[in-house]
Amino acid sequence: MSTVSIPAYRSSSREWRERLLFLLLVGPNLILLAAFTFWPMLYNAYLSLISWNFLSPTRRFVGLRNYESVLSSGIFRIVLTNTAIFTIVSVVLTMLLGLGLALLLNRPLRWRDGARAILFTPTVLSGAAIAIVWIYIFDPRFGLLAQILGWFGIGSPAWLSDPNWAMSAIIIVYVWKNLGYAVVIYLAGLQAIDRTLYEAAEIDGAGAWAQFRHVTVPGLSPILFFLLVTSILACFQAFDIIAVMTDGGPVNATNTLVYHLYERGFVQSQAGPAGVVAMVMFVLMLILTVLQLRLVERRVHYS
Amino acid sequence: MALEQDISIVRTGSGAVASARRMALIWRVLGYLAIMLSVVIIGLPIYWMLIASFKISREIYTAPPSWVPLAPTLENYPNAWNSAPFARYYINSIIVTLATTVSKMTLAVLTAYALVFLRFPGKNTVFLIILAALMVPAQITIVPNFLTMGELGFVNTYWGLILPGAATAFGTFLMRQYFMTLPHEIFEAAEIDGAGHMRRLWEIAVPLAMPALVTTGLFAVVSEWNDFLWPLIITSTDDMRTLPIGVFRLLDQEGFANWGVVMAGTMYVVLPVILLFIWAQRYIVEGIASGAVKG
Repeated sequence: MSTVSIPAYRSSSREWRERLLFLLLVGPNLILLAAFTFWPMLYNAYLSLISWNFLSPTRRFVGLRNYESVLSSGIFRIVLTNTAIFTIVSVVLTMLLGLGLALLLNRPLRWRDGARAILFTPTVLSGAAIAIVWIYIFDPRFGLLAQILGWFGIGSPAWLSDPNWAMSAIIIVYVWKNLGYAVVIYLAGLQAIDRTLYEAAEIDGAGAWAQFRHVTVPGLSPILFFLLVTSILACFQAFDIIAVMTDGGPVNATNTLVYHLYERGFVQSQAGPAGVVAMVMFVLMLILTVLQLRLVERRVHYS
Repeated sequence: MALEQDISIVRTGSGAVASARRMALIWRVLGYLAIMLSVVIIGLPIYWMLIASFKISREIYTAPPSWVPLAPTLENYPNAWNSAPFARYYINSIIVTLATTVSKMTLAVLTAYALVFLRFPGKNTVFLIILAALMVPAQITIVPNFLTMGELGFVNTYWGLILPGAATAFGTFLMRQYFMTLPHEIFEAAEIDGAGHMRRLWEIAVPLAMPALVTTGLFAVVSEWNDFLWPLIITSTDDMRTLPIGVFRLLDQEGFANWGVVMAGTMYVVLPVILLFIWAQRYIVEGIASGAVKG
């Protein structure tokens, strides 16, 4: 139809005008992405190879020495361990609690949509503001949590000033903030599972557990993987809650990769080590993203 | 004999139905318990912020704390407003959020239209380049972008706050996927009627893609309003700070000495988003959910 209606008089000048229009429409977006997303990655690679304090006019090329010193430093090992603990515990808790809640909510219950909205609310609120509210809640003397623990005869730990408890406090806030997101995603996934599969399983005499094991889990597996990757990536990028609640402390107990990058760059003014941390983060996240893309590709092929 | 068998079948059948019904009832009760428990746990900190913002300072520093303000007061709100330049923070947050959101929506629509409806050699490569930007999180660009802003003279300015977030790979992706589902016949008919690309873009593509555009816009508003790391770095004076940075400064100032005032300050930050969320809850939640299911 269109090949017939676009006659031969279409001149090459018209074709060039279309190409020009393409460049005009795509150009601004592409230039901004190039300047503030792609260029910074090259810049990070460059920074990671020099010794510079941001102010001095001399930048000394030091090769891979920044990598050596950062990767072998005690603080970096602590930061990596903290990031791993924070990520694994937060992700596992969010995904398990979220799955449990979503399974319980996945039936026609009154107020379910309202509950889903309330559960989702913390996700859209400012992490900085929420962190401040939680500092108050964690207050060992006048805080809400101290009172609730008191009902059970448990004394409140000094959550944020005790290196043994600070990470737990951060994880609690993080799980609280992101649980609703997981529930929403799980519910969408559960509702996408074909109901007739459950009916068939029931006719075959499958109990609740067998139905969960053989219908729900396989049907939910793409969602489980999506949630796993996006949650891990989100944990890697967590900054506001940590910066406001603990400043990475006490004694580095909550210092994670993004916070460490901020610290190296903007507190200690070490361009080289900051570049190294950024490169390490990029590689770790790239691996995760590629894993996710591979999965999306596979799903597209199968469906 | 045959009759007895029939009866026994009916009996076990009805027994199974009864037990299935009982199970369904138990699951429903558990479902309601889960709703109540989770709403209490998730809602309590928000409730706590709200009531603390109405408490006088003497009441806040009594243990155990009260669950309902004994002498509710509004004075924390003007006190917070006066102890930090909140009016200025609001103006800055609104300017930065609006400018970034409008820019993201416009660029997403323009780029996606070109990628779907215009012919250009190697346009799939262009799309892949844009997708690649999704792999670079903003957090790891902070040091280079700060240096770039320094060279441009944009440190501690609106340009500095807005520019790094003005483009969008995610929004472009979302809009492109949506444009591809639109029926091509409408655009061909408009072309035959002599409508140029700009008219087809604004009068057909944009109105038809409204749901995806609204989702893009809402995500941008929420993430810009709450953004913390970049504004923390790029602003250095009170007259350029946005709300999340402002309330962080308020905590430093009043902090542990005056929780009522600090909680009123956090209410200033979260209240606009809560109102937006109540109004647009369906779009945001459905947008998130459908994005995940479709991958």
